[in-house]
Amino acid sequence: MKHPDFDVVVVGGGHAGVEAADAARRAGARTALITLRRADLGVMSCNPAIGGLGKGHLVREIDALGGIMGRAADASGIQYRLLNRRKGAAVQGPRTQSDRALYAAAIQAHVGGCDGLELIEGEVADIVLNGEGVAGVRLADDSEVCAKAVVLTTGTFLRGIIHIGDRKIEGGRMGDRPSVALANRMEGMNLPMGRLKTGTPPRIRSSSINWDVLDEQKADEDPTFFSFLTTKVQARQVACGITHTNATTHEIIQANLGRSAMYGGMIEGAGPRYCPSIEDKVVRFADKDSHQIFLEPEGLTSDVVYPNGISTSLPEDVQHAYVHSIVGLEEAEILQPGYAIEYDYVDPTCLTTQLELRACPGLYLAGQINGTTGYEEAAAQGLVAGLAASLSAQERDEVQFSRRESYIGVMIDDLTTRGVAEPYRMFTSRAEYRLSLRADNADERLTPLAMELGLVDEERCHVFEVKAERLEKGRGILGSLTATPKQASRVGIAVNEDGKRRTGMELLAFPDIQIGDLVALAPELAKLDAATARQLKIEATYATYVARQKKDAEAIDRDEAKKIPPEFPYTDVIGLSNELRSKLLRVQPGTLGQAGRIDGMTPAALALILTKLRQLDRMSA
Amino acid sequence: MQTIFALATARGKAGVAIIRVSGPDAKEIGIALCGSVPEAGRHGVRNVVSRDGEVLDQALVLFFEGPRSFTGEDVVELHLHGSIAVIQAVERQITASGLARPAEAGEFTKRALLNDRLDLAQVEGLGDLVEAETEAQRVQAQRVFSGEMFEKMSRLRDLGIRAAALLTATIDFADEEVPVDVMPEVIDLIDILSKKLTEEIDGSFVAERVREGFEVAIIGAPNAGKSTLLNALAGREIAITSSVAGTTRDVIEARLDVGGLAVTFLDTAGLRETDDQVESIGVGRAIERALAADLRVLLETDDFVMPPELLDKIDLRYGAKADATGSGGVSGVTGEGVDRLIADVSEVLVKRVAQVKTAISSRQRDGMSRARSEFLEAASVLYSTRESEIAAQHVQDGLRALDSVIGRVDVENILGEIFSRFCIGK
Repeated sequence: MKHPDFDVVVVGGGHAGVEAADAARRAGARTALITLRRADLGVMSCNPAIGGLGKGHLVREIDALGGIMGRAADASGIQYRLLNRRKGAAVQGPRTQSDRALYAAAIQAHVGGCDGLELIEGEVADIVLNGEGVAGVRLADDSEVCAKAVVLTTGTFLRGIIHIGDRKIEGGRMGDRPSVALANRMEGMNLPMGRLKTGTPPRIRSSSINWDVLDEQKADEDPTFFSFLTTKVQARQVACGITHTNATTHEIIQANLGRSAMYGGMIEGAGPRYCPSIEDKVVRFADKDSHQIFLEPEGLTSDVVYPNGISTSLPEDVQHAYVHSIVGLEEAEILQPGYAIEYDYVDPTCLTTQLELRACPGLYLAGQINGTTGYEEAAAQGLVAGLAASLSAQERDEVQFSRRESYIGVMIDDLTTRGVAEPYRMFTSRAEYRLSLRADNADERLTPLAMELGLVDEERCHVFEVKAERLEKGRGILGSLTATPKQASRVGIAVNEDGKRRTGMELLAFPDIQIGDLVALAPELAKLDAATARQLKIEATYATYVARQKKDAEAIDRDEAKKIPPEFPYTDVIGLSNELRSKLLRVQPGTLGQAGRIDGMTPAALALILTKLRQLDRMSA
Repeated sequence: MQTIFALATARGKAGVAIIRVSGPDAKEIGIALCGSVPEAGRHGVRNVVSRDGEVLDQALVLFFEGPRSFTGEDVVELHLHGSIAVIQAVERQITASGLARPAEAGEFTKRALLNDRLDLAQVEGLGDLVEAETEAQRVQAQRVFSGEMFEKMSRLRDLGIRAAALLTATIDFADEEVPVDVMPEVIDLIDILSKKLTEEIDGSFVAERVREGFEVAIIGAPNAGKSTLLNALAGREIAITSSVAGTTRDVIEARLDVGGLAVTFLDTAGLRETDDQVESIGVGRAIERALAADLRVLLETDDFVMPPELLDKIDLRYGAKADATGSGGVSGVTGEGVDRLIADVSEVLVKRVAQVKTAISSRQRDGMSRARSEFLEAASVLYSTRESEIAAQHVQDGLRALDSVIGRVDVENILGEIFSRFCIGK
């Protein structure tokens, strides 16, 4: 069978693949998405939730760029909770439990209904190369799909092994078989690889849980949505149950540690520190006699519950014993045992900031294959890789996401500059510019770029422009309002009697002052809608810090502006330690700033590189 | 990087003169001059021969193979006889080889820094060590050179990292089992940090005095015997003395080693109301210098009227002209009481020197001052609005300021602290 030619072929229909294919299509490329089964599109293989701290920020950014994840999360959200609700807006992260079926349906409906995106069901057996790089992929039926660029989003398929106690099953996810030929091809490229592991808890039948004795965690009453386009709740909201492990649970686990794949020495990969297995928790935090478990329903119609907090690689009989020791789960029926999965990942320092393999032009990697964990991290990379592949295939200029403008930029820089030592997950603390990179302003930061690239439809442009216009008007009013301390105190705003006039923005920055308090000073503020007023209050709160960070960033920009050419002769730089030299050769930083973020980099080594750069400049001048 | 060389000992006639050569061609230069160099880490006696075959000197030759050398590069040392002519001849030969150029000032140390053989604080300590003239200066510089600064700052930084980790835990892991209110612990950490930083910052001012020398101003009425005392302290006639009141007009200095400290004694114009224009300038200058000095010693006479500026500023006081009054004070003429005065000055200064911690330079002080103000700002945010993300920003900025003293703090340091303390992962 002969397939038509494409600009971009995306392999894999998970969160990275779907977002990559959609971004490639929106950027104007003729795109194909190849997946084993259409029904696999949008499957959540781990816990049924989207968002969180840092992760929620990523989803908002994906949405601001016109991506799918935010809308699919809103279509399936059954328990919205804004994390850090009582803290500042910069560190609030939207999160929701998602109905698995609704989520997958939303994704499949979107992918199925897109012009310029063809869905191919099949197994990719190999990558087709020509002299310079990628020419397409070959399917298991020996047919070829030609493309100028290929995005691989194949998750944990590289040497994936599932562990349940001493039982080992080869495969990337429960029930899926690994693609051996493709894995061999990747191994043949001699890329630097590492090994990671992650785990899941046993799944429990909802109707076998004694919910009556358990505490519950309810959804927010006024939910914060993911998509800037969403205006109302689309699914019934439900609560999660809460229970705890106890001394008996811990005894059972202690007594069987030797039978755990992890503690029995059967696993070599590094696991995430922030998502330890229950074995890990019992061993490392031996002084705690109880750990919290959230019982998360997998959907409105599903009878499956995901017990968040007890992922494990213990054998099945031990899983039964410890689950039954937990309050509310005494009679629990385990539908699928928990397991640990070990897999290879490609060291992402061998990727460019476009997520393109430096060793194989045209081949892009996104998602877990790059050593990350989480749907949101995968989707964001998918978007970056899909966009990059699309732009490159059409010979358009590439786009750089910077640390200053987005969490996406933070992640891409972390991955390609520093690599990973454990599955990489986003945290707000990874962003130096956390006070500017907020979930509430993701659209202001990124939608203009998306509009410029032609990634967003008219509806989104319109919503964005209306919002921007309202904000601009509000800023104008606040900017032209000035008040002396006396005038301010007359309307109930207590400020220092320093005789200084303050602008409306400065007054609004005071912790307990809202737009409403300023109406007496500038009556036209009363006309602002609630959302605009809220947004201006957030802006005012962080204004001084954002300005300060901008100043700090200028020094950083100088380093970022200092480009390091691709053929930079690191071997000629005398005084570089061998360790740093090999890191530099592997990462190939594009700028002095990026070089400075390489793990273990010293100011002295940067000075050496800078000296050499100047020397090269002089020689070429 | 080009090979450099320089005379490492003072120029002039001496028993031994050492020429140091550092860089990729150091060994080759050694071979060109001496036929061969000893193996790395050994020494050997070689004839230093010119290109025409003329023997210039017999030298002890040492070879250090990079990176195990002071600069981290290959280093050859030629220990020559300390003759001005020999030194010049050997330098000419090295230049003529075309393989090396004369080093710029501080270039050997700079290479040591670039090659990670020394950190920035150590370089500062080394500079001071070479400059040290007194025991206190040597001890102070040695402390920095040995890397104490790095250890100390690392400990302070660990406190900052813990504060950042606690704040970060409540932000990034809000839905996990982490303590809800970390404020008391963060405030405690910031208290300790700012106290330690304050000690370091205060100590750095004294350290500067140790390096530059303390100033002790001798003040008193005209004709109280101040200049005679200065001459007695210096052991030579540096100030003009006469029986005419108001002889000293300008400030005259004498630098002494007092118990291992560099101390400059200042002889000043006698303090009195005067119509003489020149003398009144001298009196003004005397008061100004006395205020700026580290210590003020008053020679007391009955006719002395304390200028208001110096009220409560006198550190030590003695009866003047003990030879004439027999009052048991100080006399520059007989030397009576001078030893006691020196002992008193030494005691006061030694007490101050005890405040010196590790910080010695204004660069280090700047970094620490900025850090302290950020940490204090963080604490004040926590007290007032409890906005933890803004407090965290200040702590981060504080850590960055500390970075400028010794090196970088990474988000991984903070996450590592969190993961080791709290059970994250529900």
